[in-house]
Amino acid sequence: MNTQMKKYYLYIALLAVGMVSCEPEFEDQVDDSDAYSSGEADFSNYVALGNSLTAGFADNALYITGQQNSYPNILAQQFARVQETEDFDQPLMADNAGGLLLNGSVFAGTRLVLAFDAQGNATPRAYTGSQPSTEITNRLTGDYNNMGVPGAKSFHLLAPGYGNVAGVATGAANPYFARFASADEATVIGDAAAQNPTFFSLWIGNNDVLSFATSGGAGVYQDDPTVSPANYGPNDITNPMVFAGVYSGLVETMINAGAEEGVLINIPNVTDVPYFTTVPFAPLSPANPSFGPMIPTLNATFAQLNPALTALRGVSEETPGESVYSIEFSQSAASPVLIHDESLPNISEQLTQALIGGGLDPGLATIYGMQYGQARQATAQDLLVLTSSSAIGQVNTGRVAALMAMGLTQEQAGQLSVNGVTYPMEDHLVLVPSEQAMISSATQAYNQAIRGIAEANGLAFVDAAAILQETAGGGIPFDGGVVTSAFATGGAFSLDGVHLTPRGYALIANRIIEAINTTYGASVPEVNIGNYGTVTPSQNVN
Amino acid sequence: MVFALASAVTYAGGYRVAVQGQRALAMGHTGVAVVNSAELGFFNPSGLVYLENQLTISAGASAIFSDVAWQNEDTGEIFRTDNPVGTPFYFNIAYKLKDWLSVGLSVYTPYGSTVEWEDDWAGSHLINNIDLQAIYIQPVVSVKATDWLSFGGGPIYVTGSVNYNRNLNRTLTDIEGNRSNVTIDASGVTEWGWSLSTMITPTDKLRIGVNYRSEIIMEAEDADADFQNIPNTPLAPFSDTTFDASLPLPAELTVGLSYELNEKWLLAFDYNRTYWGVYESLDIDFADPNIPDSQNPRNYEDSSTWRFGAQYIATDVLTLRAGYYFDESPVQDGYFAPETPRNDSMGFTGGLSLDVTSKLAIDASFAYLRFDEVDASYDYYMENGQQVPFSGTYNSSTFIAGLGLTYKL
Repeated sequence: MNTQMKKYYLYIALLAVGMVSCEPEFEDQVDDSDAYSSGEADFSNYVALGNSLTAGFADNALYITGQQNSYPNILAQQFARVQETEDFDQPLMADNAGGLLLNGSVFAGTRLVLAFDAQGNATPRAYTGSQPSTEITNRLTGDYNNMGVPGAKSFHLLAPGYGNVAGVATGAANPYFARFASADEATVIGDAAAQNPTFFSLWIGNNDVLSFATSGGAGVYQDDPTVSPANYGPNDITNPMVFAGVYSGLVETMINAGAEEGVLINIPNVTDVPYFTTVPFAPLSPANPSFGPMIPTLNATFAQLNPALTALRGVSEETPGESVYSIEFSQSAASPVLIHDESLPNISEQLTQALIGGGLDPGLATIYGMQYGQARQATAQDLLVLTSSSAIGQVNTGRVAALMAMGLTQEQAGQLSVNGVTYPMEDHLVLVPSEQAMISSATQAYNQAIRGIAEANGLAFVDAAAILQETAGGGIPFDGGVVTSAFATGGAFSLDGVHLTPRGYALIANRIIEAINTTYGASVPEVNIGNYGTVTPSQNVN
Repeated sequence: MVFALASAVTYAGGYRVAVQGQRALAMGHTGVAVVNSAELGFFNPSGLVYLENQLTISAGASAIFSDVAWQNEDTGEIFRTDNPVGTPFYFNIAYKLKDWLSVGLSVYTPYGSTVEWEDDWAGSHLINNIDLQAIYIQPVVSVKATDWLSFGGGPIYVTGSVNYNRNLNRTLTDIEGNRSNVTIDASGVTEWGWSLSTMITPTDKLRIGVNYRSEIIMEAEDADADFQNIPNTPLAPFSDTTFDASLPLPAELTVGLSYELNEKWLLAFDYNRTYWGVYESLDIDFADPNIPDSQNPRNYEDSSTWRFGAQYIATDVLTLRAGYYFDESPVQDGYFAPETPRNDSMGFTGGLSLDVTSKLAIDASFAYLRFDEVDASYDYYMENGQQVPFSGTYNSSTFIAGLGLTYKL
């Protein structure tokens, strides 16, 4: 081959090499280092502090995909688009079933999924496709940026031993923190501060009121600020002054540890949470074949009590001039359930005497007196918790046994044990107005403290209470519809009615980003909440 | 924003792959009026009769390096396709039976698309990946009516396949969080079409060519739809089934001319009209009555391409070529789907032929396709009865390198 030919071949070869594609570039490329600004904030090592909402808890459980959609993880991914950041590590669970094992035994159940029955009704049920496999005693090692601990109240973050697995069975320690605490006596705040954080978020205080609320008010309002939280019952409302002190201590610790910038998130009102707003106070329809036919008999029975009830109680303060204390079920409209209201004066004895005076058998009169001494029908001001929905209208077997022990026949006992109809809904299933007032007053006091501490320290502040008020009201529009608080269908709340869905958490993350951008002059991009899912349907249930 | 204007223009290309001959591609893919090689079997069969040799074979293949990037400034997301190298090929043989009659056989791949986005990327509810192929096999005949007028054409047999995967929507997953998706796969889909052409030679310097290739609607019947990661719930009644769907391979009309400036220089111009208007919607009709049919409006419009080419005979053995074309998009505003993310492009081409022997030449070509960055959206994805646009900024780059052989006897 002559040299001329060789040269031609070389040209062809060079042409081929020149073909190797170069990637398309954008004028303003979003992964260029200067595409977005962190402003005065430094996101390089973000640590999130909080409770279940921070952990990514949803559907009554913690599971991997929930954690991946936690708002801190969403934030961390967006922070990473703005500047070089360290990996955001989370103490991931072992599975997507949710639930916990303690020494091999189930300690917490699996997540809720939306299941359909033969009639096409959807209800949340516990997932049974696989069993919990996250063993509490398998302590994870290393630092975790997401320090959200399900169940934690404000003061728990300061409590040594809160992650000691030895205390889990007795309730002295937290099973979730036990999984990743650095030592038996470690504190949540200590482990957070030890990570040299540059930025932090804090969303704590929900459980300081919520456990009172979800227990239907089965606790007390701790009105003495000198009582140590160590002596609180599990369902008590934390004293607001104690809360403020604990809270500012947490913030101070993080700032001193190096996280000079951060964001504080306040506490939503329980009246905006579907756990408390989904079950109607008057669900007893006369059209219901298992209830409607009972109405004449029921009304005849309560007619014996009503003169005594109205005479002894007088008229309701809430509806002057009209008694709500007489018990009657409507033949034409849905009736309110019967509830136990511990804020009512107990008139059991007087009622019993009045009934005996009216000629009723003393044994039965005593039982009626006990059963209806603090009973009334619910009003629109009462909040029935989500878990009451499956109890209403059902025979309460515990009550049947108790009544039979008092000498009633099984048939009599059964007739007097229908939840919400003949047997008043138990205290823990209802939040009566006086309990709501305690919760509301504590929430407002906490939120005042949170806002004040944010302002005093120049931190970003997110009004989560206002956000959930929006979702509970008209809803928040996004590119695929509107996010609302409607249970199971609204998109914001998961199937436990308290915790959020991935879409709900993404919404919170966006509002946090907004606050950070405003406070620190940053330009962190938001996410599209339409890309985040809501509730998970599955027929893998029992 | 500098490129905001770009969203007002139309987009180009569709899934047409204009790489049907190294000599033609090097000249901006002109060829309807260029008598050069058996590549005419594709570009204008009526010209085959003017080839000097009794037997001419042109065969070759190209490598297409094509990448697309998508980004959204609001969310900070950026994704790039990871497309495999595309390899369109052609084979043309022409045989002169009589001075006025030539016959031939052409095999070529004018339509095809391979786009692979990262699984579960931001637009995964529209597409994760697609592999579309169509092979045209065409016997051709070329008849000289008079010295200055010839006709040509022949039936086209097409065999095609498509494999397309997308997520069912933006959020549905199984219990483990794996996104629910569907793969539709149809192969061995066959159909017939035809082409008809003419060439006019008013002077010995000037040729005028017209070529029309018919529309071919590829009908997939009882092809496979494979649903993956479907949660166990009546809300997602998806199980493997079959489907019917059709995809049009649009008709194409090309008119052009070539002019021999002198012994060394040849200039060519082609105007090409592709009747993309036939592609209104990609509808997938699933056999299982529980599975809602998938309707994906496309609303393409007919589009034009303007092609310019030049050839220079440098030495006895070396011919150099260069060209340019402007390729207008069939995709309309609001219909920019990431499965064929092509806007208007400009092609810059070049190449050469090297006569290794008097009978055998090596043909090489390259092309660089330049796309403007474009803000675009696909507005017809529906979620709960509501349009959910998928928008962002797209940018593409394409390099094509090809090698072929021309054999004359």
